[in-house]
Amino acid sequence: MARFSNSPHPIAAASAIVALFLAACGQQEQTPPPAAAPAAAPAAITVKLGHSAPLTGGIAHLGKDNESGVSLAVDEANSKGITIGGKPVKFELMSEDDEGNPNKGPLIAQKFADAKVAGVIGHLNSGVAIPASPVYNTAGIPVITGSATNPKLTEQGFAVTFRTVGRDDQQGPAIASYLLSETKPKLVAIIDDATAYGEGLANEVEKSLKAAGVKVLPREKGTDKTIDWKGVLTKIKGKAPDAVFYGGMDSGAGPLMKQARELGIKARFAFGDGACSDKMQELAGAAAEGLLCSQAGIPVQASSAAFLDAYRKKFNADPVIYAPFTYDAANMIIAAMKKADSTDPAVFLPALKALQYDGASGHIEFDEKGDRKDAEMTIFTMNAGKIEPVAVIKGGKTIPVAEFAAGAKPAEAPAAAPAPAAEAPKAEEKK
Amino acid sequence: MDIFLQQLINGLTLGSVYAVVALGYTMVYGIIQLINFAHGEVVMIGGMVALWTIGALAGSAGLPPTVVVLAGVASAVPVCMLLGWSIERAAYRPLRGAPRLAPLITAIGISIILQNVALMIFSRNPLPFPQILPNPVFEVAGATISLVQIIIIATCLLLMGGLTLLVYRTRLGMAMRATSENPAVAGLMGIPIDRVISTTFVIGAGLGAVAGVLNGLYYGIVHYTFGAMLGLKAFCAAVLGGIGNMAGAMLGGILLGVVEALGTGYIGEMTDLCHVGFLSTALAERCARDGHVVLFGSNYQDVFAFLVLIVVLVFRPSGLLGERVSDRA
Repeated sequence: MARFSNSPHPIAAASAIVALFLAACGQQEQTPPPAAAPAAAPAAITVKLGHSAPLTGGIAHLGKDNESGVSLAVDEANSKGITIGGKPVKFELMSEDDEGNPNKGPLIAQKFADAKVAGVIGHLNSGVAIPASPVYNTAGIPVITGSATNPKLTEQGFAVTFRTVGRDDQQGPAIASYLLSETKPKLVAIIDDATAYGEGLANEVEKSLKAAGVKVLPREKGTDKTIDWKGVLTKIKGKAPDAVFYGGMDSGAGPLMKQARELGIKARFAFGDGACSDKMQELAGAAAEGLLCSQAGIPVQASSAAFLDAYRKKFNADPVIYAPFTYDAANMIIAAMKKADSTDPAVFLPALKALQYDGASGHIEFDEKGDRKDAEMTIFTMNAGKIEPVAVIKGGKTIPVAEFAAGAKPAEAPAAAPAPAAEAPKAEEKK
Repeated sequence: MDIFLQQLINGLTLGSVYAVVALGYTMVYGIIQLINFAHGEVVMIGGMVALWTIGALAGSAGLPPTVVVLAGVASAVPVCMLLGWSIERAAYRPLRGAPRLAPLITAIGISIILQNVALMIFSRNPLPFPQILPNPVFEVAGATISLVQIIIIATCLLLMGGLTLLVYRTRLGMAMRATSENPAVAGLMGIPIDRVISTTFVIGAGLGAVAGVLNGLYYGIVHYTFGAMLGLKAFCAAVLGGIGNMAGAMLGGILLGVVEALGTGYIGEMTDLCHVGFLSTALAERCARDGHVVLFGSNYQDVFAFLVLIVVLVFRPSGLLGERVSDRA
């Protein structure tokens, strides 16, 4: 230490400390709570469900939304008093903050495995979900994400990995095809935030656009923390593209769009689901007007009325984006447990795989990879400060939203009609 | 050329904010040889306080937007000044005689505390900063500059000028320079060095508050972590110019902003392997197919600040202006 303080250059000492501090920061971990023996008491058993998403940092509001969806499902299941294997079951939510940090994914997965959770809903980010998935696979814990859309997640051949949301390779083509039909661009600039999600989605959009013969500029990149886009945008402005696609979250997309309009870029802006909320209007102001964005699945507003009511009642707020999907994910795990009459993941996993479920986000069935079959994609536009659904893309076809709401409603009608959300899983279980 | 000019304008805006924040680092370093790592957090809190005030006033009454923004500044500056004073009083003064490492660690501690307090008070969400100033955009030779950018550059120049006058033309400035020269002798000459040091912190924090507000106005978004990166870059700017040297901080800040903007704009083209596509046939094929094989993209934006810092320190360990001007403060 003495040598340190005599260091001829204080800056060297300072940077060493900063480095130490940063290194220490990455691995803070609380001691796991003692693993409660799930089958100890014959009277009631406690079943733990894990949830993981960034609850701090730039997209914590989305993480909180995901958590709310799960906690609503857990509360409803508890208030109903479910019995499995002849014993009343109490569900307990174990929520972890993965900070959107890929390094924390496997750590949290291991923590869940040590705590013997029966199922996990998460992670929010593809970049975290992918490195975490082998750990769940080894531990045999079913994990359903309601928001990670990177295709790679379910392409690893793990039997325990599912998602209730669409994939980027469905979402990318959807937004690209809408952009093509609507704007008819000749030259498109594509920017991403260098995360697994942003880059993956941007790649899919680029592939679809190129396939349609549109010229695409060399990819520009920021990071998930970038708010100064002027350098990138100035470069793009020189090439005068007709449209710009950004793969990333709203905290980057808002400043991007605002600065683009300041620079006088008139191109049409399109985003993926990460930047598809009313928050874009607050972040970019009037500049956000006219943006296009896609969401995997159906618009939040179009999720089942029972879910929306229950969510608003409990949290006194509207769901942001993915809450219906995490809500469905949690309910599907519970439904699979009931069907298999067991809380043992090894036993209820086959039931989960085969489950046909009508939830808050419509009808859900998994294909052999664990992806949602026939996932719908919705295209939104910003109109007078609010994002409004304009079209639903299903199986490569563009359906105007009014038509979809009129025609395709049956997919969710049975979910909402026969039973209030509190009883949803029981009533919705088909087959 | 208009693209180059545009990047230059972007860089100047960025750089003048860096410069004002860097002044906070360099003044404190100049006077007590301490790197005040909590300064970035002070800047962030300045932005947040202004956000509150502006948010509260913007909705009510028929106040003109300029007045609302000025009220935001007027609320942020005293809060940050008080904060700067308290930090010095609580975390640094008790360690005045201690080895250099000790106050450095408390500085980092304070920075972590402030960030977490801000998380609790201002929430973890990225908060939209009200865009109430009319923001017309002017065209200059094919490039655009917005009113907010002009305000930022002008304010920063004014602050830098004002600070220079303060340090070189007033009694307080003379006391600051004397304290920085040799605190023991200055004390013997009747200069209340504790008060001078406190004042230095207060002035630095006030500058930081203004920088925080400007940052919010420019990007339209504030987040409890934005101070950390801004602070780190400004610290680089201060070191680049020669830490402890005021002119150095200003030069370093502006230089860093310009280098960053130009780097972001041109690195892709500079590291396009297709310029040397003739070296390998495989590469030539990819170039013919894709047109570009870019080695480093614009996501390396944040790396520039640190790259420039390393290069300068290798050749001039005391920064660009570190040696030529002997008096610090």
